[in-house]
Amino acid sequence: MNEALVVEGLRVYYRTERGAVRAVDDVSFGLARGESLAIVGESGSGKSTLGLTLIRALPTNASIISGHVYIDGEDTLSLNLADFRRRYSWRVIAMVFQGAMNSLNPVLKVGEQIAEPLIYNGGASREEARRRAMEMIELVGLPREFYYRYPHELSGGMRQRIVIAMSLVMNPRILILDEPTSALDVTIQAQIINLVKDLIERFSLSVIFITHDVSLASDIADRIMVMYGGQVVELGSAERVLGEAPKHPYTEKLLASIPRLRGETIPEFIPGRPPDLASPPPGCRFHPRCPYVFDRCMREEPPLFKVGEGHVARCWLHGE
Amino acid sequence: MEEVIRLENVKKYYDVRSGLLGSKILKALDGVTLSIWKKETMAVVGESGCGKSTLGRVSLRLLDLTSGRILFKGQDISKMKEDELREKSFRKKMQIIFQDPYSSLNPFMRIGDIVAEPLEIHGYHREEIKETVYRALEDVKLVPPEEFVNRYPHELSGGQRQRVNIARALVLGPEYIVADEPVSMIDASSRAEILLLLKSIRDSREMGVLYITHDIATARYVAERIAVMYLGEIAETGLTPSVLKTPIHPYTIMLLNSVPEPDPANRRRRRLAIKGEPPSPLNPPSGCKFHTRCPVAIERCRTEKPALIEYMPRHFVACHRAEEIMRGTTSVA
Ligand SMILES: Nc1ncnc2c1ncn2[C@@H]1O[C@H](COP(=O)(O)OP(=O)(O)OP(=O)(O)O)[C@@H](O)[C@H]1O
Ligand SMILES: Nc1ncnc2c1ncn2[C@@H]1O[C@H](COP(=O)(O)OP(=O)(O)O)[C@@H](O)[C@H]1O
Ligand code: SF4
Ligand code: SF4
Ligand SMILES: [Mg+2]
Ligand SMILES: [Mg+2]
Repeated sequence: MNEALVVEGLRVYYRTERGAVRAVDDVSFGLARGESLAIVGESGSGKSTLGLTLIRALPTNASIISGHVYIDGEDTLSLNLADFRRRYSWRVIAMVFQGAMNSLNPVLKVGEQIAEPLIYNGGASREEARRRAMEMIELVGLPREFYYRYPHELSGGMRQRIVIAMSLVMNPRILILDEPTSALDVTIQAQIINLVKDLIERFSLSVIFITHDVSLASDIADRIMVMYGGQVVELGSAERVLGEAPKHPYTEKLLASIPRLRGETIPEFIPGRPPDLASPPPGCRFHPRCPYVFDRCMREEPPLFKVGEGHVARCWLHGE
Repeated sequence: MEEVIRLENVKKYYDVRSGLLGSKILKALDGVTLSIWKKETMAVVGESGCGKSTLGRVSLRLLDLTSGRILFKGQDISKMKEDELREKSFRKKMQIIFQDPYSSLNPFMRIGDIVAEPLEIHGYHREEIKETVYRALEDVKLVPPEEFVNRYPHELSGGQRQRVNIARALVLGPEYIVADEPVSMIDASSRAEILLLLKSIRDSREMGVLYITHDIATARYVAERIAVMYLGEIAETGLTPSVLKTPIHPYTIMLLNSVPEPDPANRRRRRLAIKGEPPSPLNPPSGCKFHTRCPVAIERCRTEKPALIEYMPRHFVACHRAEEIMRGTTSVA
């Protein structure tokens, strides 16, 4: 079996005073060993919720309604949380959380924060843990002495490097990165992306890269999964989704909305706003904003149709 | 064409107390000269901390300047006190739009009242207020206005809220607007809409705009001219097509090279990245401030500060090696 991770029919809802928020609503995909998959979508499309589900770190008002997450063939959602943490968290699958660089513990040296899981989950001695943490700090391109620094003494880019070091300290095979560079300048973003590329290669990582920025996704992704309103609307190789004509109207419009430094096209915009996931529109969730909408779209929810080799799109234009 | 705002060698220094070292000078703006004309947008780009927001606020006299001059339509406002700025209507004529569409609107006020507030503060009459508010809401395409005036901020999307901010900035009839990262917190799919809207309002109301952004790619669609800042100084400035097509300053060249485009071929190459991070403005490098990160720095750069010189029509660069770079005898990337 060549799949590092398989997600099947996953639904994750949040309980809120406005009712259930269907943040992840029937999501299925696979991640091959050594593959990088980018999850792209606007804010609120369910990307972070999906990532948090995979490493079992959802907030308490979230419920996994249905679905399976197989890692190396084992259905990890069927494990109790303690077992999952002991066997999978950080050592098999790890995540760089969205905004983590801004939520480091302010009173703890960053090196100690990297070393912590080695002591508490890995059974390492303090000395071993410190040595390993220093190696990790070097690995992400900082001087070893940074072990003794506090978060406020570091720039945003340096803190992001520390957070990446934390995620890799237990040698995971699968790494989820949630918007790792969205708060950084392009100059620092370029450095971090180059670092991530080096690490993927060096450790043969399987990667899920979450971003709202399609350009950034193209830096990392073998395949691209576009999410809209809690659902996968298009999934295929980067060449097919970005290179040739995209197959879902949302992907098409999203690409057209990107301001470009080169070329002559003027960016378009998508009228309207993303759906409210407490009461999504009936039929196709994109229909209130879609330029190609026809009557079936308003009544029936489209399934994912095959539109090419390893390429699917959730749109009636590709149906029978 | 009429010049709306002009900055001449403007400096803004902060006295910062830093623990053991006592007091130090932080040069947030270190001699900036620029002007903006009616119906023109000047984009200001550069890394975080380079002084973009300080420039915007100083130009509006929301911050006092340390030295230099600011002229609004030819009148020197550099040293005017708040009372005088108000009395002579300069406060009405200069407005700012902030980055954050979420925290900048009072959640307990209706949209109509939010937009009307500046008019009430300036003592306008009720009828006049209503008419002006409706016209501003129409300008920002929150139509029909009667449908929006009674709504609350939480009932609007991020893009719509930012349009409320723009409407509020418009009601006093400004001639100069500073837009400080107006779309950075809005969904990608609505950014172009807001920026193009801002441009058309600028034309219909004949304003000059200072557009502050991290996202250089957006600048080319809305700004006729662009200024690239580094550590409180202008490194390069000129007509937008000229700067983007033939950048000369090594910093501009490298900054442009680090902007990604959606291309599947990206994953097989490394991004061109400027090494290191901007030095602390408390301890800026001598000579050319970029020399610590510049791939083509020479000895002279360490000691001598380059002047901002016009190398192409209306295109200015502060670099000792500008001519060689233009001729192609020195290559940056
Ligand atoms: N009130 C203040 N006191 C001391 N230093 C300040 C103050 N305001 C700004 N600075 C410093 O002045 C410099 C310029 O800051 P400014 O906010 O103008 O940068 P910016 O280019 O707008 O950055 P960003 O892209 O992060 O918004 C920075 O070094 C900043 O720390
Ligand atoms: N803790 C929470 N409680 C309730 N709703 C939430 C919570 N976290 C996220 N949501 C909602 O779930 C949806 C998906 O959010 P999220 O997964 O964060 O999307 P993304 O990462 O794509 O921006 C949104 O409608 C969001 O408002
Ligand atoms: S199913 Fe219909 S509304 Fe949905 S994306 Fe396709 S054409 Fe548009
Ligand atoms: S003056 Fe020297 S250090 Fe500065 S940008 Fe030009 S070549 Fe580089
Ligand atoms: Mg998220
Ligand atoms: Mg700023």
